[in-house]
Amino acid sequence: MSALNVRHVNKTFGSTQVLKDISLAIDSGEFLILVGPSGCGKSTLMNTIAGLEPVTSGEIRIGDEDVTWHTPSERDIAMVFQSYALYPSMNVRQNISFGLEMRKMPKAQREEAVSRVAELLQITPLLDRKPSQLSGGQRQRVAMGRALAREPQIYLFDEPLSNLDAKLRVEMRTEIKKLHQRLGTTIVYVTHDQIEAMTLADRIAVMRDGEILQLGTPHEVYNDPVDMFVAGFMGSPSMNFLPVTLVSQASGYALQVHDEEQGGTALTLPWPAERDTQELSARVGDRLVLGLRPEHFLEDDAIQETSGEGTRLEVTATVVEPTGADTLLQAWLGGNEVTARLGPKSRVVAGDRVALRTDLSRAVLFDEKTQRRLA
Amino acid sequence: MANMVRRHTTSARLWRAGLYTLLIVAALVYLLPLVVMLLTSLKPLDDIRAGGLLSLPSTISFEAWSKAWGSACTGMRCNGMSGYFLNSIAIVVPAVAISSLVGALNGYVLTKWRFRGANLCFALLLFGCFVPFQVVLMPMARTLGWLGLASSTSGLVLVHVVYGIAFTTLFFRNYYVSIPDEMIAAAKLDGAGFWRIFWRILLPVSGPIITVTVIWQFTQIWNDFLFGVSFAGFDSQPVTVALNNMVNTSTGVKEYNVDMAAAMIAALPTLVVYVLAGKYFVRGLTAGSVKG
Repeated sequence: MSALNVRHVNKTFGSTQVLKDISLAIDSGEFLILVGPSGCGKSTLMNTIAGLEPVTSGEIRIGDEDVTWHTPSERDIAMVFQSYALYPSMNVRQNISFGLEMRKMPKAQREEAVSRVAELLQITPLLDRKPSQLSGGQRQRVAMGRALAREPQIYLFDEPLSNLDAKLRVEMRTEIKKLHQRLGTTIVYVTHDQIEAMTLADRIAVMRDGEILQLGTPHEVYNDPVDMFVAGFMGSPSMNFLPVTLVSQASGYALQVHDEEQGGTALTLPWPAERDTQELSARVGDRLVLGLRPEHFLEDDAIQETSGEGTRLEVTATVVEPTGADTLLQAWLGGNEVTARLGPKSRVVAGDRVALRTDLSRAVLFDEKTQRRLA
Repeated sequence: MANMVRRHTTSARLWRAGLYTLLIVAALVYLLPLVVMLLTSLKPLDDIRAGGLLSLPSTISFEAWSKAWGSACTGMRCNGMSGYFLNSIAIVVPAVAISSLVGALNGYVLTKWRFRGANLCFALLLFGCFVPFQVVLMPMARTLGWLGLASSTSGLVLVHVVYGIAFTTLFFRNYYVSIPDEMIAAAKLDGAGFWRIFWRILLPVSGPIITVTVIWQFTQIWNDFLFGVSFAGFDSQPVTVALNNMVNTSTGVKEYNVDMAAAMIAALPTLVVYVLAGKYFVRGLTAGSVKG
């Protein structure tokens, strides 16, 4: 049985349709992330699940109960907000126990619950402070504590880490994941940060313009994107898109990468035979879009032991960005700027000619017009 | 701004000296009436007849003050201002409390429980801030008559509450707009309803705006003369009306020292309120304009 079931939910504000026939189901204990650019409807979807905004049509079920027209307090839900939304006049202890008090829990039990979550989140020394006396990270913990104390069926997180600085964000991300693994809670989490989505989620729903484009595990969404938007949105740096023409050669299919500056073909890449599909035969001669992730390129000397695999290509480095863990290289490939992720040992500097290798075993192909995935 | 780099040329210094002189003179001019009032109220009547306005009293006497408070004649009665002072308190306290509370509730609903037409509703309420007192005199008199509240303290309280709600709603509405909606959403999810959110979440953070509203309403209602003179009964006249009656009494000797003392007594409460809470008044007016 699914913990949360959203069925054909539509939401319109005036004449704009913010949610278009959204359906999704979450199993108990699952961590679902709604990700997408701002204005894609992810926060609206979360608000309708919380009951803070009514749906225009459709149904929302929690457990086996239809809660579409239940008020927020009648749904067994807790939410962590981007601004933390702590009550400024109450200290941490009162903030955490307020929801329990509203639900008429006896005082002794409330205190027990407060000390339980305070210990869990390591905020016991802060219990008597006011929110204004806390740092951003501490406020974040208190906001989570307030949700955890209630032990609801479903937790909603609305961009909870956006207001934290970079280092703290990574720490809290890990902590949220640990908490989820330890407590087995059911979580719906909204973010625009695709790294958060990849690292935390059991499943990711990528949204755009009020629609769910793809719903799948992080692995599926990253490696098998359904269209160019999902492919480009997930992953940092983004996937490289190259305009290509599909040709049929004696050895099988190949992709000719267009040279946008000089015309003609900059490079021909053989399409791996094991990835031939029926659909491809109909598209020979068509213009398509090839999607290659930065890590699908390798520096030629770096793969000496497997040299011979993939196609060798030479490019001129325009920008080199060492991140420490690896080196990002930008280069022109037939008039298209591509990004490649090289090893940390790479000594390439801007202006160098660099030999790269790539093979298409993990590349993806899209239709140029519909932007849908072909292979 | 003490930490400022200034020019140190001679002409710059001269300019500054001129500027301060002008400001000090202006401040003295504005203070002068108060000084004259205070001096006159402390003088015996003979000093007033003999000397100029600004001459110092030959002996300081509080006789005028005690007469103004306890035995000066206002029209036919000679019990001083004390009774009317208490009348004013009996009008101001409930009127301020009720109008502030209703304003807070209005502001809460207009910002956190928005409904279709909330903006129009607010615009119409705002309109109430610009209706002159005189316009409502006749209809208000009829209304009070119908309600059976004519010439009573409750009637005056009602008038001030009705007239004050436009202002108090404006204050609270603009303050509550800056309070994040997420806080209210969190309280809703926590299981709090309309009233709980108001009492437990919103009112405890409303200190600055409550101060502003109370000072504003207190000053307005305490200083009101027109509604007082129009709607008060013989036993419920506020201190402003009594002051007028006392000063305009045409029988007997004109006792300027008593008049001045009575005027000071009538003005004192608003001064005290402002001195005690003025700091918060300025703070409340600018609250939210700068992120803390």
